[in-house]
Amino acid sequence: MSRASAIWVSGPVMRARPEGSFQLRESVTVGERRLLGEVIRIARDEITVQLYEDTSGLRPGVLVEGTGRPLSVRLGPGILSRIFDGLLRPIGDPSDPYVQPGLCRIEPQRFHFEPGVRVGDRVSPGGSIGTLSNGTALDLRCLIPPGHPPGEVVEILDAGRYLDDEPLCRLRADDGSPHAVTMSHEWPVRVPRPVAARLPSDQPMLTGQRLIDCLFPVARGGTGAIPGGFGTGKTVLLETVAKWCDADLIVYVGCGERGNEMAGLLAEFSELEDPRTGRPLMERTLVIANTSNMPVSAREASIYTGITVAEYFRDQGLAVTLMADSTSRWAEALREVSGRLGELPGEGGYPAYLSSRLADFYERAARVRTLGGDLGSVTLLGAVSPPSGDFSEPVTTHTKRYVGCLWGLDAKRAQARFYPAINPLNSYSLVAERLARWWHTQGCTRWQELRSRFLTLLEEESRLERMARIIGRDAMPARQRALLICAQLVNEGFLRQSAFSENDRYASPERQAVMMRLIGSFLEGTERLLDAGIAPERIAEDPVYRRLTRMGEEIPDGDWDAFAAIDRELTAVVRRLIDAGRESGEGVGDSRDGTDAM
Amino acid sequence: MYARLVGEEIAYRAEGPLLFLERSLDVGLNEAVEVEGADGSVRLGRIAALDLESVTVEMLDDSAGLALSGTRVRFLGEPLRFHVGPGLLGRIFDGVGKPLDGGPPLAAARAYRVDGHPIKPSAREAPDQYLETGFSAIDLMNSLVRGQKLPIFSGGGLPHDRIAVDIARNARLPDEESESGEFAIVFAGIGIPHDSAEFFREEMEKSGALARTVLFLNLASDSSAQRLLTPRFALTAAEYLAFAEGKHVLVILTDLTNYCEALREVSASRGEIPSRKGYPGYLYSDLATLYERAGRIRGLLGSVTQLPILTMPNDDITHPIPDLTGYITEGQIVLDRDLHRRAHYPPIRLLPSLSRLMKDGTGRGRTHADHPALAAQLYATYSQARQARVLASVVGEDGLSERDRRLLRFGDAFERDLLAQGDAVRTLEEGMDIGWRLLRELPPGELHRLDDRQIHEHLR
Repeated sequence: MSRASAIWVSGPVMRARPEGSFQLRESVTVGERRLLGEVIRIARDEITVQLYEDTSGLRPGVLVEGTGRPLSVRLGPGILSRIFDGLLRPIGDPSDPYVQPGLCRIEPQRFHFEPGVRVGDRVSPGGSIGTLSNGTALDLRCLIPPGHPPGEVVEILDAGRYLDDEPLCRLRADDGSPHAVTMSHEWPVRVPRPVAARLPSDQPMLTGQRLIDCLFPVARGGTGAIPGGFGTGKTVLLETVAKWCDADLIVYVGCGERGNEMAGLLAEFSELEDPRTGRPLMERTLVIANTSNMPVSAREASIYTGITVAEYFRDQGLAVTLMADSTSRWAEALREVSGRLGELPGEGGYPAYLSSRLADFYERAARVRTLGGDLGSVTLLGAVSPPSGDFSEPVTTHTKRYVGCLWGLDAKRAQARFYPAINPLNSYSLVAERLARWWHTQGCTRWQELRSRFLTLLEEESRLERMARIIGRDAMPARQRALLICAQLVNEGFLRQSAFSENDRYASPERQAVMMRLIGSFLEGTERLLDAGIAPERIAEDPVYRRLTRMGEEIPDGDWDAFAAIDRELTAVVRRLIDAGRESGEGVGDSRDGTDAM
Repeated sequence: MYARLVGEEIAYRAEGPLLFLERSLDVGLNEAVEVEGADGSVRLGRIAALDLESVTVEMLDDSAGLALSGTRVRFLGEPLRFHVGPGLLGRIFDGVGKPLDGGPPLAAARAYRVDGHPIKPSAREAPDQYLETGFSAIDLMNSLVRGQKLPIFSGGGLPHDRIAVDIARNARLPDEESESGEFAIVFAGIGIPHDSAEFFREEMEKSGALARTVLFLNLASDSSAQRLLTPRFALTAAEYLAFAEGKHVLVILTDLTNYCEALREVSASRGEIPSRKGYPGYLYSDLATLYERAGRIRGLLGSVTQLPILTMPNDDITHPIPDLTGYITEGQIVLDRDLHRRAHYPPIRLLPSLSRLMKDGTGRGRTHADHPALAAQLYATYSQARQARVLASVVGEDGLSERDRRLLRFGDAFERDLLAQGDAVRTLEEGMDIGWRLLRELPPGELHRLDDRQIHEHLR
């Protein structure tokens, strides 16, 4: 491999005099501690290297060694349910509580291998030569890395436990050259892994959150962004989705965020059970943590590391969801690196290629047919932290151009402790129409109708709230007062969902559908009261209203009788109010003076 | 500190805070140096860049009066360290760890790198133990948890100094643990005026809190580069107390705005490209290296809790300093000028305040089973009360519905009886009693955040 000798060091950047040739973006190691770096500029007699680690103690004369390939990570069964830094180096070792600079690799581990091909079989890249199990609920395949030449199996090991860097299978390629296949292989992080075909996504990725699944659903293999100022609950929302969404595997990238949050996530995920398999959630989770106080340049790489890992599992035929918290910190790392290179800054000081980098990232989300012929998907969810909560800044505006749905968080809702603090008027989902069909096939035939009804209601509410602030609620006609009551119930009883309530932190699609229908019945009941000339406050004062607002927290999943009981009670209350109104002859004139707002 | 290597007559250029030396010795990046002037004065510095011929030193002390000839440079051969040991409590230091109280130098048991090392996320213990400050607005509504970093966003002229001192004086572990003497305070004044420094020192001595406190004082007149070191020395002391002596340490840093100003100044003198409002582009990462030093480590007893105080320039919460701070810290406590004018103390503006870790450190087995629900209900109702107040300012109080008038009364009583407490120190239980009493004035049907049992038990 080529070498170079340092001639200048400052901060995370060094210049060196090369002997031999280096490539741009080649991965290098520096000094005795073998710090990891990347070549970012080449001249005939000088290379510039960016280091991913603390550079204290480096000096002119230290050795820079090339690796001959771009920044790559080692993908294999050993990376499941563990925690890594931004360069996929394990940081779970308990012997030293502090992150120390220097290279450490994943130690080879033993896994059980079950061969799936025989001598003489023909195999091609992306295909599987057998299954691997690591003791968790997920069985992985031993894949022939993409880019590998197709060929014929000349030797395959029997079932048994092997080290993950041991050759399991020998192939003879069509040109006669011999090749070996191991459980793990290296893949350059900035290169998307190839697929056979990209498929349209017509299934939702269910998150168990009503506000998302019912109003702004995200598709399997789709993309979503969560912009929000500080304190609006981005991280809690991402973690909640990570816990309850129906993905096979979660890749959680903590990019420039808080250490305590990562610790909390690790602790909680080890305790919680996956509702579908009954195993600890951590078994289906892989955490890449580059907290805000870890080196900035590794933060830039961590996003690519995460998506590469996600694609590796996608190629196993799994539905993978990647959470990136937060893409703004990644963009800031880009900005710092760009500034160090002396590039011309664009908007907000970010490099002009910010937009295309964001596009590259979000475009790696897809539902695909893998090279091996399976169906797999990568769904991407990115948090965005706009400075001062201002959504007009470059990262938010560019992100909006590439994502399929946007969940805009709102400081006002967060301040009233209304979680998830997604502002429906500031959010969208481009795939909702397409996903309506899925809800239809699940038996929720009114999904699309109720969804647009709720959205219209919320839109009207914001208009009427402004009016109420000027003339006061009491001065408004009954129809408008009723609308505000209905909107309040949609907010309090349906959209609000506590991530910390045992019953309500996850809502199954059936439960969402039932609650949606119940709220729909309330809207219709109120309509009937209005037609009968009954003041809408009557129903809001009835105990059934309080039961409706608290049904999410109080009625567990599966207790359909309790929901049915509320429905019956609601019908009875509406009938009673109408009857009572008829007897006392309550204001018939009150009902028709409203607008057609409902 | 021991001198490893000494270079004489090697300085060939000085420019602002930078000193350029001939590279006659084999030294490494980021190592500390001591520059001794011809007059015998010693200044600290750090190696910022190296090439084949020269060494660039960034001076951490004022470089005025430095000459090229007659300067001796001692290379310490390692990054800057703080030598700490038993006897740290009760002492007063300047911004770079030199005793200011006339006492003897510290018995140095350990030498810690002042920059620290990032704690591995996997080695952290998630914070879940409550810490009481004596203010209901914090304890009841935005509970502080050991290992958390919770800044106070203040403004010029607001009583953040008094709040800092009160918290330093009254903060305590919950009753069952308070006897063990495991609690300590590290108090760092960063770029504060002489009067404030005297105020802190006097108040601490008067109340006897100094015995469990380490005080670091960096005055407004000290050099800017030194200001960047003060919180690092303070946090190094805190880490020693927490992870070597097993104490629960509360670090109060005031005022972080001065720190950021110093960072901007130093960055400008290095000729770096400025980002928002002239602050360097790495302000976020730099602040994170301070704030992220809060936490607990699995298997070790102590904890480092941070309560940084910063003054928002022009009360603007979107200014880069509070904005970036809020993105790193686990919540924020915001002070309010209106409440202060109405002589409410502490003037904490509740709605934008938040403690992210409250959910982990409160509730059954931590504080009180109904504490989180009570806080959530008070928050929701108070938020409605604020809306009613806006409405009242438009249509007048008489034009309000009975419900809104009730909310208005609740809002006033809440601010007067619960948030404001003057000089009184209040326990969590006392604060909770007041909270339940205030909610009793409202119809239970409007209390959506409480379950039926809680309503029955506390509000009947």
